[in-house]
Amino acid sequence: MQEGAPDPGLYDYHPYEGRAKIEWPGGKTCAVWVAPNLEYYEIDPPIHPKRTPWPHPAPSVVGYSHRDHSNRVSHWRMAEVMTRHGFPGSVSLSVALCQHHPEVVADAAARGWEFFSHGIYNTRYSYDMTEAQERAIIEDSIDTVQKATGQRIRGWLAPALTHTPRTLDLLAEYGFDYTCDLYHDDQVQEVKVASGKLASIPYSLEVNDHYGFFVYNMSGREYAETLVKQYERLASEGEKSGTVMCIPLHAYLIGQPHRIGPFEEALEHIAKDGRAWLATAGEIVDAWRAQVA
Amino acid sequence: MSTLPDSYTQYPKRREGYDHDLYEWSNLHERPAVTWPKGSVAVWLCVSLEWFPIVPGGPFKAPGHMVTPYPDYRHYTARDYGNRVGAWRMLEAFEKAGVKASFATNAAIAERYPELIAAVQAGGHEIIAHSTDMNGTIDASLGEEAERALIGDAMARLETATGARPKGWLSIARQQSFATLDILKAEGLTYCCDWVNDEMPYRFSNGLVDLPLNHELSDRQIVTVQQKSADSWGESLRDAFDWLAREAKEKGGGRMLPVHLTPYIMGLPYRIHALEALLADLAGREETWFARGEDIVACWESQQ
Repeated sequence: MQEGAPDPGLYDYHPYEGRAKIEWPGGKTCAVWVAPNLEYYEIDPPIHPKRTPWPHPAPSVVGYSHRDHSNRVSHWRMAEVMTRHGFPGSVSLSVALCQHHPEVVADAAARGWEFFSHGIYNTRYSYDMTEAQERAIIEDSIDTVQKATGQRIRGWLAPALTHTPRTLDLLAEYGFDYTCDLYHDDQVQEVKVASGKLASIPYSLEVNDHYGFFVYNMSGREYAETLVKQYERLASEGEKSGTVMCIPLHAYLIGQPHRIGPFEEALEHIAKDGRAWLATAGEIVDAWRAQVA
Repeated sequence: MSTLPDSYTQYPKRREGYDHDLYEWSNLHERPAVTWPKGSVAVWLCVSLEWFPIVPGGPFKAPGHMVTPYPDYRHYTARDYGNRVGAWRMLEAFEKAGVKASFATNAAIAERYPELIAAVQAGGHEIIAHSTDMNGTIDASLGEEAERALIGDAMARLETATGARPKGWLSIARQQSFATLDILKAEGLTYCCDWVNDEMPYRFSNGLVDLPLNHELSDRQIVTVQQKSADSWGESLRDAFDWLAREAKEKGGGRMLPVHLTPYIMGLPYRIHALEALLADLAGREETWFARGEDIVACWESQQ
């Protein structure tokens, strides 16, 4: 895209009404993917001129230790509940977690989860990166996850949702298949990139547990009800053309003891409904790509 | 467009373990089981006794502090309601349920309201240190010497006013500096409650114990910040208890449920029923062990 352009020109307009039918395997109407964020937040990261990482001078104890709860306690709760009901994870990974807490990454890999990059740390922001710096974090991500898990990552969720105008073009150039950074649709869509192809898979801020609990102030039960409502609507609309529902999670939020029980009930509901294709991000993009070429 | 220095994409602390040396990583679910003297879920009630000077001070403004221009009678008196009325309602609720709690107490409260402290002590509850007053906030901008003086002042004044040196410490808003843990250790404290990264006690590198006080389950977070009802708060606490009891049964070993209470929030006439009902419910569960902070820490330490 062109630097400073008023319309970033990310995609063409396609009205929801009258689209070609997307079909999911087994006649399912809604592809459901769960995206746990496995993250590492630095205790004392360098300061970025455009964003402060913590509300207090380091150590910001509650902010840091709350997120650390994921890697000591709540990851296993979240993961076991997902596994119990047949949901694979597609992990947005702070790739430095491979170094800091390889045990967490190994657990996710052993469950057969897919990994994509969420930057090196969630406390390093991409705004104002030079092309060389941005290439470095992309190459680092590919190499680090390959070494830790044997997987070649195919997707990207920008660290702390921070980008440069060249991010999407670079991802396509490096052969990535999908980005999770655009929130414009309930179906997979083509992104306009300088070369190659890149799909935008629906991620969701609206039913992200972080939004649920800290933007919309939901209780654990209200969040679980929200997920069921989101699913029911998308599964119904998916009879016309297959929809995608993403459930983005943070273990330190959903894995808290007061939330994980209601969440498990929501997963159980979706798994038992019969219209959901429980899949990874890569599988969903592949099935879509095979139909649109 | 400005650009970032090359140092921004270098990571000198990218290594196995944490990017600090304050404590080591460990997985709660793989640690040796800890068992409680009774039940499988230790329910820890922790009440904050706070005095907000009407002129805010300190490195940052404490949660709950004054809002309007001086003199903010509205918030000053609404907070003081907790110490005059709300805390007494809680003491009665604890007595009725037959449970003991920890009271995180500003030194100024111990000095200003001796009747309240006497009632807390007579009820068999524990007093833990909660800084000097609600201007006694700590962060790295305070400076190590000033922080040492602040913590020392709070401890000395609490010891004088209560007749005992607290074993536990709760920072205001749980915020610390990198010096705090060593200062707390040097002051003879056994544990602090600031770090929320775990659900059982764990030891910092310097020997101090952290007793995690789940901030998301506090009445301040659920009722005041997220604006849910007291009943919604009670529902979340019950959901948490049910899950912890289930986890304890499946995995073996004890779990703990911290319940952080604020007298000016949960001690109001239209909310106190939610606390009373929760205590009655939990008291009727065979998995419950109501315990003060020091009891949980001592029990945990005896099994390490």
